Amino acid sequence: MSILVNKDTRLIVQGLTGREGKFHAEQMIAYGTHIVAGVTPGKGGESVLDVPIFNTVAEAVSATAANVSIIYVPARFAPDAILEAADAGVALVVCITEGVPVIDMITVRAYIDTTSTRLVGPNCPGVITPGEAKVGIMPGHIHMPGPVGIVSRSGTLTYEAVAALSEIGIGQSTVVGIGGDPVIGTKFIDVLEMFERDVETKHVVMIGEIGGNDEERAAEFIRQHMKTPVTGFIAGQTAPPGKRMGHAGAIISGGQGTAAEKIKALEAVGVPVAHHPGEIAEMVARRL
Amino acid sequence: MKLHEYQAKRIFARYGVPIPAGEVANTAAQAREIAQRLGKPAVIKSQVLVGGRGKAGGIKVAKTPDEAETLADQILGMEIKGLKVKRVLVDEAADIQDEIYLGMIVDRERRRVAMMASSEGGVDIEEVAATHPDAIKTIYIDPFLGIKPYQAIAVASALGIPPDQTRAFTKIATGLYRAFIESDADLAEINPLAVTGGGQLLAVDGKMVLDDNALFRHPDLEEMRDLAEEAPAETEARINGLSYVKLDGEIGCMVNGAGLAMATMDIVKHFGGSPANFLDIGGGAKSDKVAAALRIILSDPNVKAVLFNIFGGITRCDEVARGILVALEEVKPAVPMVARLVGTNEAEGRAILAEAQMITATTLADAAQKAVAAAKAR
Repeated sequence: MSILVNKDTRLIVQGLTGREGKFHAEQMIAYGTHIVAGVTPGKGGESVLDVPIFNTVAEAVSATAANVSIIYVPARFAPDAILEAADAGVALVVCITEGVPVIDMITVRAYIDTTSTRLVGPNCPGVITPGEAKVGIMPGHIHMPGPVGIVSRSGTLTYEAVAALSEIGIGQSTVVGIGGDPVIGTKFIDVLEMFERDVETKHVVMIGEIGGNDEERAAEFIRQHMKTPVTGFIAGQTAPPGKRMGHAGAIISGGQGTAAEKIKALEAVGVPVAHHPGEIAEMVARRL
Repeated sequence: MKLHEYQAKRIFARYGVPIPAGEVANTAAQAREIAQRLGKPAVIKSQVLVGGRGKAGGIKVAKTPDEAETLADQILGMEIKGLKVKRVLVDEAADIQDEIYLGMIVDRERRRVAMMASSEGGVDIEEVAATHPDAIKTIYIDPFLGIKPYQAIAVASALGIPPDQTRAFTKIATGLYRAFIESDADLAEINPLAVTGGGQLLAVDGKMVLDDNALFRHPDLEEMRDLAEEAPAETEARINGLSYVKLDGEIGCMVNGAGLAMATMDIVKHFGGSPANFLDIGGGAKSDKVAAALRIILSDPNVKAVLFNIFGGITRCDEVARGILVALEEVKPAVPMVARLVGTNEAEGRAILAEAQMITATTLADAAQKAVAAAKAR
């Protein structure tokens, strides 16, 4: 088993005719992901990479029974693309797009919450279940199937942890990049809950960073609800207050959201926190 | 993007928030003219993008136009937290009887815009939150409904605003919310919202921080950016599409990905060094971008070594390595360089860099230790 995506994933790519969309669709197909449709308004009837293009998500869903959508459209169109996918009844929407205004995401998230759609992202690398489906921009070849579930706010930092695990022969059940924005569709707690229910996930790696208090909330959830062991890492111990560190959500504001607070919260509930990324794989290996 | 006080207050005023009469002066003579026109005692306020202007002596009251000129002359050119004062706001001095705090932020946990108010205005809200959390009234605004009158009335009531001023307060709260939403703000603050001797409410000071991601739809607001207040390296980074934050250390860091960039800074510290910057070159890492990043890092005289940490995913390491070579050719750095390239085509990438006499490393820990040693040797 796994979470969110698997071999039954039937994927729509919103923005497949764009440069980014086409490039990553090719990579996803090469990995074995089942892409059933692309959506670009005004280009319905065409095909790209042998994938049929539709004008709307609703048309794509009714023609192909797609159940997951991935979004590669520019930031100014991404909120609309998310809402369209949710309205078409797509169960899981993964938004890769970076730079979506936060005010838009407040409205989008409030609307999504009234539907049965789950949103992952925006500003995330996506979701991969090694050997089954890659729905994102991560390099597929560094992954291998196995017992470790990973959830992270970051992209390359996650690849770093994945590659180190694979190198010592420890595979991953599913790797979820939840994104680095202040308002996102799926948070640590949501993914931890899914991993806890997934029988094949024997260990969870949680990679957080400065800003907000989702890691603290996650620590509380781990204490109350999780039997699966968790290993943590928090980036940004040397980050100065009041400065945005690349990700829109990575900012210490009003003294809140420091790495020190998050590490303390995790350690207090028995989650060991790696000092640097290289330690993550070693710690997991010891604890598996 | 931070706005100056005068810019924030002008935006608030467009949404019906009352602000004092006043104008901006670039010279002491202009300050005098403005004070003359106001015909009343004036406050001379330095316009720099940092807090604590009053404590630093950057805000003074002038009773006469003569005094306005003298004070403006003192304040213009003074340095506040490293920023030089280039202009002052000359506002009509308000007869302040009471001070209220009114601010809006995005509450990440509740995913709502939150309005916070406190009867203890004029001080930092963080300070109030730490010492008298009960003195803060917070409401959360539904994005589909917007702020409703009953919510503003509840805040007015909690603040003890008299009934005859509740309507005026509601108008201000509504205006501030609209200014926040329609400008795509991260923060909008009136501190203090003064209650004057005549029983009026007046936004005496204002602060606004805008969401950089939304500036594409606000060209008028983007124009308000004060380049003089931005470090030149940060301006160059922004223009080149790089995320850069200057720090105080001596090891320059060039990394792809924000999380990995932070982790790289942290590991430098872990091994006894100190990072000179945060820098995310993003995906792709073409040579022109790498060159721009290298120039920016080396523009900091404290930098004694540069650490490249690249995780090649879909970006290929050999491509990045070639980009680094082109950049080195162009920039010709005088400090040691440590490169750690892993992922797709890493062997080819490393071979390319070894020819360029760069110190190479395979693990991040190894790279960080080598960079720390190289910096200490200088």
